[in-house]
Amino acid sequence: MLEVRDLRVRIGQSQILHGLSFDVPSGGITGLLGRNGVGKSTTLRGILGLVTRSGEIGFAGAAIGTLRTYEIVRRGIAYVPEDRDVFSSLSVEENLQLAERPGNALRYDLVYELFPEMKARGKQRAGTLSGGQQQMLAISRALLNAGNRLLLVDEPTKGLSPLVVRDVVDALKRASEVVTILLVEQNLSVAHKLARDAIVLDQGRVGYVGTVDALMSDPALARHHLGLRPAGSGR
Amino acid sequence: MSTVALLLLTGLGLGGLYFLIASGLSLIWGLMRVLNFAHGALFTVAAYVAWQLTLPWQTGNAAVAWLAGLVIAIVAGGVCAFLLEVFLIRPLYARPIGQILVTVGVALAAVALIEGIFGSDPKQMIVPAWMSASTHVFGADIPNTRLLIASIALLVLAALLFFLRGTRYGLVVRAGVENRAMVEALGIDVDRAFTLVFVIGGMAAGLAGFLAGTYFGYIDPARGTSMLIFAFIVVVIGGLGSVTGSAIAAVVVAVVQQFLNFYAAPGIGDFSVVILLAAALLVRPRLTEAG
Repeated sequence: MLEVRDLRVRIGQSQILHGLSFDVPSGGITGLLGRNGVGKSTTLRGILGLVTRSGEIGFAGAAIGTLRTYEIVRRGIAYVPEDRDVFSSLSVEENLQLAERPGNALRYDLVYELFPEMKARGKQRAGTLSGGQQQMLAISRALLNAGNRLLLVDEPTKGLSPLVVRDVVDALKRASEVVTILLVEQNLSVAHKLARDAIVLDQGRVGYVGTVDALMSDPALARHHLGLRPAGSGR
Repeated sequence: MSTVALLLLTGLGLGGLYFLIASGLSLIWGLMRVLNFAHGALFTVAAYVAWQLTLPWQTGNAAVAWLAGLVIAIVAGGVCAFLLEVFLIRPLYARPIGQILVTVGVALAAVALIEGIFGSDPKQMIVPAWMSASTHVFGADIPNTRLLIASIALLVLAALLFFLRGTRYGLVVRAGVENRAMVEALGIDVDRAFTLVFVIGGMAAGLAGFLAGTYFGYIDPARGTSMLIFAFIVVVIGGLGSVTGSAIAAVVVAVVQQFLNFYAAPGIGDFSVVILLAAALLVRPRLTEAG
């Protein structure tokens, strides 16, 4: 569904991505994993054109690497940013309305099924929502971003309580039945629960491509790419 | 009592002018982070275009000429703003210093061009007889132009609030003030919204230019620049990107200016505006937030 070839991103004096190449298959959830600072979020921003990048990006058979962000999104890629980036001065309803695009079937039924709170809190200012509710709104907005086929989700459980993490995991699982998800996740237990395939970044390069199960069941591989220690060796 | 009413209502008229020029400036600054020093040039050019094009009618029906001038000024302000945004501002979105240099350059060039074509002498504005008269309010004779300008400013405020709160483009603008990149990441062409906001700002500046001619009785090449200074102060006091804040600040600035110029000494009112700005900055240090 998504083909990335030789993706390079430089921010200021730092080369963040050194020529990433990977594919995201259609359907299900693919994890984009790696230690802190290896360029996972930058990869998502690079795909969307939110940072200056070079390389080739194909989506559903069409080249999108030279398109502007809004044009890429209109092709069917929606984004849930790491910091949620809900519009805090707007109401929940207004945040959702912004994601609507005429001519496409809207998924309000799915959004309200996953997050009934979004309906109940429609008139509430997004800035007054809790962190968990803001994350639900950010995911709802991306799901509603009509016509999308691929969701880029950046650290959806960061800073959330375990109860809310469970809700978000359930929602992403359910959402993956209708859209493909490329998931950046630092919480490996969450990534393991959700993702079938993994792309692991290492110093701005692709270090591993395979199944999450294979990665997590090989202690040497997990230690090398993710910094995981074998059970019982922690200080 | 009559003096207070006079100062208050004439202050409302002047505040209306400040609001008209400041509202566009505030939206452009708030949404696009563009410090548009050429906003005063839109004010001046639109007023001169309207004055020139209605010149043949001014000897006939003054009311028709005035109404035509009003419409022409609004259109001229919008067209000039469109050209300015598309050809000069858009290529410089990522270069704030470049924007400042270009808009200052346009402001200087526009005034020089106007002076070159029309001369630096003021041009008298012909207004309908009703506007030269006054209305008795709370014991004071208030010039009708002040009441008219305050009413038009109120209508513009209502129209802008409807645009911002009642339309999809308004929603895009309000979201864009907060987080431009995220608006684009929702599949929205932010450039189009920017151009629209710039055009609306230009239309308001054009309207202000024409109404300033009505208020003062003449137009001159330097008026846009002097009004722009007050407009910047209004925008900073009112909160960047906040139309309601600009409206309140415009009235406060104009009324304080009128009262102090009358009760203290001429010129003190103008100076007091700078004090108001300093006080606002001390009380609300985070003025970059849209109110």
